[in-house]
Amino acid sequence: SLKHYFIQSNLSMAIPMLRTTMSPVGTRGMATLKDIETRLKSVKNIKKITSSMKMVSAAKFTRAEKALKPARVYGTGAASLYDKNEFTEGEDKVYVAISSDRGLCGGIHSGLGRALKATHAAAPIKKTIIVGDKAKAILQKTIGESYLASFNNVGKKPASFTDALDIAEEVLSHEFETVDVVYNNFVNVVSYKAQAKHIPSLDIVESNDAIYSYDEVDSEVLRCYQEFALANVVFHCLKEQEASEQSARMNAMENATRNAGEMIDKLTLQYNRTRQAVITRELIEIISGANALD
Amino acid sequence: SAFAKRCISTSSVMHADLSLTFASPRVVFYNKVNVKQVDVPGISGCFGILAEHVPTIATMRPGVVAVTEEDGATKKYFVSSGTVTVNADSSVQVLAEEAVNVSELDPQSVRDGLSKAQSQLSSASSDNAKAEAQIAVEAFEAMSAAI
Repeated sequence: SLKHYFIQSNLSMAIPMLRTTMSPVGTRGMATLKDIETRLKSVKNIKKITSSMKMVSAAKFTRAEKALKPARVYGTGAASLYDKNEFTEGEDKVYVAISSDRGLCGGIHSGLGRALKATHAAAPIKKTIIVGDKAKAILQKTIGESYLASFNNVGKKPASFTDALDIAEEVLSHEFETVDVVYNNFVNVVSYKAQAKHIPSLDIVESNDAIYSYDEVDSEVLRCYQEFALANVVFHCLKEQEASEQSARMNAMENATRNAGEMIDKLTLQYNRTRQAVITRELIEIISGANALD
Repeated sequence: SAFAKRCISTSSVMHADLSLTFASPRVVFYNKVNVKQVDVPGISGCFGILAEHVPTIATMRPGVVAVTEEDGATKKYFVSSGTVTVNADSSVQVLAEEAVNVSELDPQSVRDGLSKAQSQLSSASSDNAKAEAQIAVEAFEAMSAAI
């Protein structure tokens, strides 16, 4: 009869799975229905979380990109004096590494770490000021001894000019010939690049004759100018870092959500197959029990 | 206003235009825009910048930056502090820590702020607090002069 045939064909399909699912606890290879159900539930939760993280990052990114436009004009204006005149690059450098406290943003922090490690391999880094816990952890092994100061509580709220002032104040409390601010430059929504901005110290600026072609220049004016310019450049780099980080987090969460979706599809198929196998097994038991009575 | 000692420009290239970049960390007012004249409140006094001005670096005190645009219109902005750079190629960068259009200053708020700063100055104990209160008083006085 047709019915009999049906069970036969399912049986041939079910037999490989039948052997391994006979035991109450799933043996190696084949998960039980309960395991798949648990896994499916947790992946669905993860997908919800990454999807909402992506939306939050997207909102923060729009704001960060908007704030970046004036910050770029401002920072480029502040650095124009150093671009239009040649200042010697001193050997005694202080590096300011700009990152944040939070992860899940793709290669932002590791990219910065790689750039600094490469610089360290070329010329040993002796002085570093770290902004953000992530960079602090990544660079601890290679340049941990060069840490002069670190800032945390970075990344929760957009950086303000006051934050840039605090960082600049810390930098100026140390001796140096050049400041290298290392950050992630925002190129576009899908790409960013680790870069550095160089600011010479007051001594180097004063020793350069070109500066005296500027009118009304004296030590006091130069000192104030340098301090302000440093804060401005740091502010610009903080804004670039923010835009890069939010766009990277947005992309990372987008990928994670998509991957979670694929996993859910695969797991759902597996769940249904396992469920059908369990039903088939029960049917076979019933039928063979009924047959045995005949 | 007192004019500080200035030299005569000795550049041979004639740049007809003054290219102005005037911004604060949050807002850009002018980005490489050609203007006729910019008046800035320097530490030692107000000075005006025209095309072919000798290269200058100066810091600003609380006061008004007046921009005369190409078509003759004048716009006034109150700045809290900042720097001015005039380069040899007739580009000017005015970077203000805080800047607003003078029309956005509310007279009542300025009066309240000034009286509060004055009372803080009289009650200030440490040198730091005195200096901070002094700066606040100067800023508010400049603001009320600007309106």
